[in-house]
Amino acid sequence: MTGSKVTTLTEAVAAHVRDGMTVALEGFGHLIPFAAGHEIIRQRRRDLTMCRMTPDILTDQLLVAGCVSRLVASFFASGSAGSLYEIRRRVEQHDPAPLETEEYSHYGMYCRYEAGAKRLPFQPLLSYVGSDLPALNPRIRSVESPYGEGRVYVVPPLNPDVTIVHAQRADASGNTQLWGITGAQAPAAYAASAVIVTVEEIVAPEVVRADPNRTLIPAHAVDAVVEVPGGAHPSYAQGCYDRDSAFYREWTPISRDREAALAWIDEWIHGTADHAGYLAKLGQQRWDGLRVAPAPSGSVSYGRRKE
Amino acid sequence: MTADSSRHGSGPSTAERSSAGRPVADVADVPPHSAEFLATVAARELAGRHRVFAGVGLPTLAVDLAKRTVNPGVELVYESGVVGAHPEAMAEGIADSVLVSGSEAMLSMDALFGYVLQGGYVDVGFLGAAQVDRVGNINTSVIGDWRRPEVRLPGSGGASDIMASAREIVVVLRRHDPHALPADVDFCTSPSPVRARRQEGFHQPEGAGVTTVITPLGILRRPDRYGELELAAVHPGVTVAEAAENTGWDLRVRADVAETPRPRAEDVRLLREEIDTVRLYLR
Repeated sequence: MTGSKVTTLTEAVAAHVRDGMTVALEGFGHLIPFAAGHEIIRQRRRDLTMCRMTPDILTDQLLVAGCVSRLVASFFASGSAGSLYEIRRRVEQHDPAPLETEEYSHYGMYCRYEAGAKRLPFQPLLSYVGSDLPALNPRIRSVESPYGEGRVYVVPPLNPDVTIVHAQRADASGNTQLWGITGAQAPAAYAASAVIVTVEEIVAPEVVRADPNRTLIPAHAVDAVVEVPGGAHPSYAQGCYDRDSAFYREWTPISRDREAALAWIDEWIHGTADHAGYLAKLGQQRWDGLRVAPAPSGSVSYGRRKE
Repeated sequence: MTADSSRHGSGPSTAERSSAGRPVADVADVPPHSAEFLATVAARELAGRHRVFAGVGLPTLAVDLAKRTVNPGVELVYESGVVGAHPEAMAEGIADSVLVSGSEAMLSMDALFGYVLQGGYVDVGFLGAAQVDRVGNINTSVIGDWRRPEVRLPGSGGASDIMASAREIVVVLRRHDPHALPADVDFCTSPSPVRARRQEGFHQPEGAGVTTVITPLGILRRPDRYGELELAAVHPGVTVAEAAENTGWDLRVRADVAETPRPRAEDVRLLREEIDTVRLYLR
């Protein structure tokens, strides 16, 4: 066990996220690191290259706030909730400025993190044969299989300057446990030069070590640990609170009107000192509506050698 | 394609015609362009299939209905890593917590896309799309020129990965007109095997490509891996000519073109009262 890496979100973002960096904020519909993204907005970072498989509302907000100039992603909508209008305005009308995008399929994007984590020059996959995506994105290339199976498409490694993820829990040294949908968090963390983990709860090392299979990102890959309860809102944390689907629907009309989106950023992000302030503004009643009933996993025994 | 299929062939088959005009009590009177109708037709396509990979939107609704009606044992797989979902409530998306709780397995995305999908375990990939063309290429990326698109669509997501490896692909379209069904897509996000084969020297993926397209007017099917979409059925009240005129190429009509059976009242009740009670998909 290494020393404590516990810090505040303000300090973690100030220390690790700088203008012009390539930043991955991962979480596939689940455990989206909204609190950390909002802190990037508060600290007015600029010219970031944002990496996210599913850009989501979080990317729309970072774009509105002027933090992002480039987007590396594999899906440009908000799931069933609909369009992300700031992304669409930037891409379709170059309003207020064009947005540079680099586009993959989900597995292509995942393979980029995998290659990055494993320090491989590229990673092959079965997708893209016959697709226009390689013409759109010249970084999707092909190689001849040295084993005589024909050409296969490959994607290059993605090595973010910093990866930020949210999880249910970690210990102070950064052993991070998450469950439910685990997305690209582990490869995105191992691919990065620096890793910030925000968690619902910082727990004692014994809690982690009682269930080591659940640790997906060990302490050796983590640089900063921040306790941020509710840090995934309006997305969810399995077993802790559910997705605020009402907010997802509310964002569609907000993002359709750029002035309304800017006003939202001013009121909810710049107008609150930190995520605790944001949650207080959200109100206890709304939060109570997101609570879930317990459904414990049961437990397994790892056993120990008898004396 | 079958030898007796012809472009603009005869009307609905005799068996189907005889049922028209004699509504059965159990039959629901929902219009063919409604989400209820499309979801029911889509759900019926899943009868007898073992493992289904459900995409974003209407497919999520249709697989829920299939599991409650024609195929209780269907194994639902989602790109988020969920395998064998048993949701207690309707999923509001493919990453909904209700798909995770009580599921049979939660895999990493590498295991899901790499082992389950590329490994050939998926029988049916079930997708939405903006455009599907004559040979089943799918566009979910852009309308117009991709350098300055008229409309920026969601992009691939997992769709092009699913196309490469699923044994069948069922697509549900919310409109049937020459824009949604053009001769050639504006942009090919997820390629048909017809298009993949043109890239000579490439390791060819095993996926069969689009096998079925369900639209507000009827059902189109591709007879084989390298064939083109043909009109296999029209919905009640829709003529073969109407379906053909609203398609962006000279649509071949199967000699045995049928009329789609209407949803049962029970299908519609399940969709409205037990599945999509918040009217997320039933807009």
